[in-house]
Order: sequence, then structure tokens, then C-alpha cells
Amino acid sequence: MSEMTYRDALNLALREELRRDPSVVVWGEDVALYEGSFKVTRGLLAEFGEERIRDTPISENTIVGVAIGAAMGGLRPVAELMTVNFALLAMDQIVNHMAKIRSMFGGQASLPLVVRMPGGGGSQLAAQHSQSLESYFMHCPGIRVAYPATPADAKGLLKTAIRDPNPVIFLEHELLYNSKGEVPDDPEFTVPFGRAGILRAGTDVTIVAYARMAVLALQAAEALEKEAGISCEVVDLRTLNPLDAETFVASARKTGRAVVVEECWRSAGLGGDLAHRIHEACFDSLRAPVRRVAGLDVPMPYSRELEKLCIPQVESIAVAVRDVMTASV
Amino acid sequence: MEARLRAVLPDHDLVRLYEQMVLSREFEESCAEQYAKGHITGFLHLYSGQEAVAAGATAALHKDDYILSAYREHAQALVRGAEPKRVMSELFGKATGMCKGKGGSMHLFSAELNFMGGYAIVGGQLPIACGLAFSSRYRQEDRITACFFGDGAVNQGTFHESLNWARLWELPVLFICENNFYGIGTEVHRSSALPTVHKRTCGYDIPSEKVDGMDVLAVFKAVKYAAEKVRESGRPYFIEALTYRFRGHSMADPAKYRSAAEHEVWKARDPIPNYARRLLAEGIATEAQLAAIRDRCVALVAEAVSFAEASPWPAADEVWEDIYV
Repeated sequence: MSEMTYRDALNLALREELRRDPSVVVWGEDVALYEGSFKVTRGLLAEFGEERIRDTPISENTIVGVAIGAAMGGLRPVAELMTVNFALLAMDQIVNHMAKIRSMFGGQASLPLVVRMPGGGGSQLAAQHSQSLESYFMHCPGIRVAYPATPADAKGLLKTAIRDPNPVIFLEHELLYNSKGEVPDDPEFTVPFGRAGILRAGTDVTIVAYARMAVLALQAAEALEKEAGISCEVVDLRTLNPLDAETFVASARKTGRAVVVEECWRSAGLGGDLAHRIHEACFDSLRAPVRRVAGLDVPMPYSRELEKLCIPQVESIAVAVRDVMTASV
Repeated sequence: MEARLRAVLPDHDLVRLYEQMVLSREFEESCAEQYAKGHITGFLHLYSGQEAVAAGATAALHKDDYILSAYREHAQALVRGAEPKRVMSELFGKATGMCKGKGGSMHLFSAELNFMGGYAIVGGQLPIACGLAFSSRYRQEDRITACFFGDGAVNQGTFHESLNWARLWELPVLFICENNFYGIGTEVHRSSALPTVHKRTCGYDIPSEKVDGMDVLAVFKAVKYAAEKVRESGRPYFIEALTYRFRGHSMADPAKYRSAAEHEVWKARDPIPNYARRLLAEGIATEAQLAAIRDRCVALVAEAVSFAEASPWPAADEVWEDIYV
């Protein structure tokens, strides 16, 4: 084990997979010479050279499309989109092509490619650079969606994504790049898709979250234990597709109460789906309706004081947990 | 002045081009009938009139070369070697279709034939063609990628992004624009500031030329030259083939935006009878031989229809298959 940042864990995953498999190639805007706008690709050009680590034009749709073609031709491309916001320019290639090719061609093609992108808000980057679009990707069949919360998962899930024979949207949270944690050194360490993690065991209430929301949920759980003696079980989804509903449904059945936390907008957000799954699967075991904590349904304002109202915080998660503890069916 | 056919290809290959065009035409006209009978449903875009482009271009490529196309791609798949019965069955939505009935008319694909798909988002296949070409270069394969698209694609972002990308990364892609002058009902001069499509490539430093897309030999020669250039240089090349679809955009389109006079001018340039005349004039084939070819194609298409009719529907549990590996 080594302590490292989420950023360095991602970098290590890329490095190990590039060393392991010559069919892995990396491209995106500013990923080579500039070493990535968030420095996730630092040092890769120097180690692996220009044929494998390539800068691209600012053409997001084509960045994804070229990766699709290269994957059809037998490579394992890892394409970086500078942020999730720019993925909207690539939605045609992601949704109409990447997600459909295997199915519409009757299983004759497979697309082992990864499209990495940082997402999430909280850095005062205003409306066009602060979005959480995970529900968009989760909504679309044919693509896997991973979104790690910890440095160890960042490494293990990215390695799984690169080795996976399916196309993967790999989200990284901008505010987690500097977070630190213990990461296994073993180059064969991977984290399987579709297996949620229990970040903290508890008995009173289940908190279901992912990525930075899982980190905040853990902080809220610790505070609630200390301040109110409420024992929270925190489930980190790790991947949104495949979705490990079994784990969070079992947890909610056990505790009888659940709070679902998502950073994306509340309307048609993934939390509605998760809450529904809990209601449907263990309605009889619930002692209160499932609560949702979600992003506010507004374009993100720039001002710090307004921005923090729009993104779930440790306090708002704690309020929802206290609320679900006192509510009853 | 038309080149002498024998100066370009041996007799056998010249006759083969005729056969491929006839097969394509017969297949498409049969599709129209099957659509009218309700056996083919959904969208159906027919290729009648444009056969010289698919036949001439495909004959000029190697079998290992990748081919991609748009949604008017039955002929491209057939001339590449797809079995008519498996294409027809796909159009019927049957389990024996080349994509198990999951793609339909617009999404034919055969990994075996290096036919890398029909795509139905205008311009969507261009970046994918660049990616395939990159994989060939990266793996040091002797293979180029030919990417067909229509005049409607040239104002999509992916067209410009892909041309820039192909030249910047020096990718072996042959772009083939089939300019039939209409994007559905909008004539090219009403959608493009510069309707001379091949001239647009100067902005990306890609050599280009235009060719008579109603003349199968002219297409063959142009694509042969271009494919050799791409193979030698490893860089993209661009061909604009001027052609015409005799039918509407799809079965839902009666094509009222085109005048009868215009249609007549192009009908007189029908690539099949004109090419037949040249084969006869040069003594490459006799009337009887050409008639026998037509009969063979008609029979092949009839057999394809019977096969499709007799084929089973996909099983219900197929709905969950082929989405993830």
C-alpha cells in the first residue's frame, strides 16, 4: 500500500495498463505535451511516446468517434474529454454510436474503450463548467458508467474499465483529485464493476451515494454518530452501470431507513431511480419514506454563497438523515 | 471521350461490374415491392441510380480494406460480398439477418467482409473511419479505410473535424462523397455555400477530385488511383462522385421537389444500360450473356425474398443479447 492522491492513482492505473498492454493508447485535448488540464496524464508522453499518447484538436465528438473506430480496429483507446460539460458536444458519438454499435450490428463488434472526464461542481466555475451529468449516461443502455470516490477505487476501477470489453464512461470528480488515501501497489489490483462498497457499517439508516457525495456522506455519518448517536451505513455505488442495487437494497432492508444523495439535478435525477428501487424492493421493511438529497434544479451560479446552496453539503445530508429518523410511514 | 473498357480491366472483371450493378438494382426494386407488401417496415432508402459508385469503388479496393457507409448502403454491402438472402432477411427483421434483425436497412455490418457498418446519423461514420484507419496504421497493417457518405454530410461538424483529423494524424482514409444533389428534399446549393463539395478539402490540405458517378469505369479508375495514393502516402484523399438517386430519399418521399425534366436527363444517364451498351460495343459480352446475368440476378433476389419470408423471427430472449460483452 502507498498513500497517494486520487489524481496519482489514476495516473498510475494508466501507466500500468499502458505498460501491460501495447494496444492501450491515450488521447484527448492537451493530454500529451501539456500533461492534461488536471495533470492526470503527467509523464505519459515521456514514457510512452507520441504514437500512444496524443494531443487532439478541440473536436469532442470526433475525439470519441475516433476512439470508437480504433476500438473496432482492435485497440483499447482511453480518450479524455477535458470536462464532462464538453461531453455534451460528443453526445452523438457517445449515445448514438458508442452505446449502439454492438447491439445494432447484432453483436459483431465490441468496443473496448474508455472515455474519461472530470465532472462535478464546487470550484466556482459557473454554469457551463460545473455540471453533474451522470444521470445522462446512466440513462443510456449500452455503456458502462464508473465514478470512483476514493484513490484506491480510482486506480482499481480505471484498470477494470481499460480491461473491460465494453465502452465505459469514466467520471472523475474535480474536487477529489487532491484527496489522499491508501492505494494497493499490486499492478494486478483491480476493482470489479457492479459491486458497491460499504464505506461504513451502521444500523439506523442507509445512505446511498457515489463519488464526492459518498465522501460527504461519510463525513455526515461520522458527525451524526458523534453528535446524535445515529448509526449510518454508507454505501458507495462505485459504478452506476452496472448498478449494484442488491447491496443498497439489502442495507435499506436491514436499517429500515434510507437517504439517497446525488450531485446532479433532482428532476429526473438518478436518485429518483435509486429511491424507487428501495421502495419497490423493501417497502414493508421501511419505517419512513426514502429521502433524497440532490443538486438544486438551477443552472449553477458563480458566487460562492449561491453555489454552495446548489450542491449537497455535509450539513444537508445530516439534515436529511435526522429527518428520515423522525419520520414514519 | 469514354475510355476503352478493355484498357482498364480484363473482360471477366468488366462483366462482373455489370452483374454487381444489376444485382443491386434488382435487389432495391424488390425491396420496394416488399415494402409495399408490408414485409419490410421502418425506414427504407433505396440506391437505384447510384450503383456505379458502390460497384466501381468497391472493385478498386482490397478485401482487407475497411468500408463504412451511411444508411443507403444495401448495394455497398452486396457488392462487398454480403449474401443477398442475409441482407433481405435483415430488412425483414428476421433472426437470419446479417445483424440478427437488430439493425435493419440502415445498419448492415459484416466483420468478416470488413464492411464496418451502415450509420444513420448523418456524418456519424466519418470519425469512426478515422479511428479504424488509426488502428490499421498503429498495428502496421496494409489496409486503408474507405468511407462513403452523402452530400448531406458535408455541413456536419464531424465532416470538418474528421477531414482535419485525418490530415493532421496522417491517416489512410479515402473519403468518398456520393453527391446525389439532394439532402432529402434540399438541393445542395440551398444548403452549401460552396456546392462544389470536393473543393472544400483545400482547407484541410487533402487532395481531391470529382468523378462521374454514373460511369462505373470512371469511378473504378478514380478510386483505384486514390486508394493507391492513400496506401503509398498514408494520407487521406477525397473523391466526390456526382450521381443521382432515381427514387425519393426514402419510401415516404415521392420526390416532388425535382422536376420531371431533370429526372429524365439523369434517367438517360442510367449507369446500367449505358454500361451494357459499352460492353456490347466492345464485344466484351453478347446480348444473350447480359440477359443471362439479369436472369441470374432476378433469381438470386427472388431466392433472397423466399429465404427472408421463411426465416423465423428472433426469439424474445434475444432482446437482452448483444448489448454488453
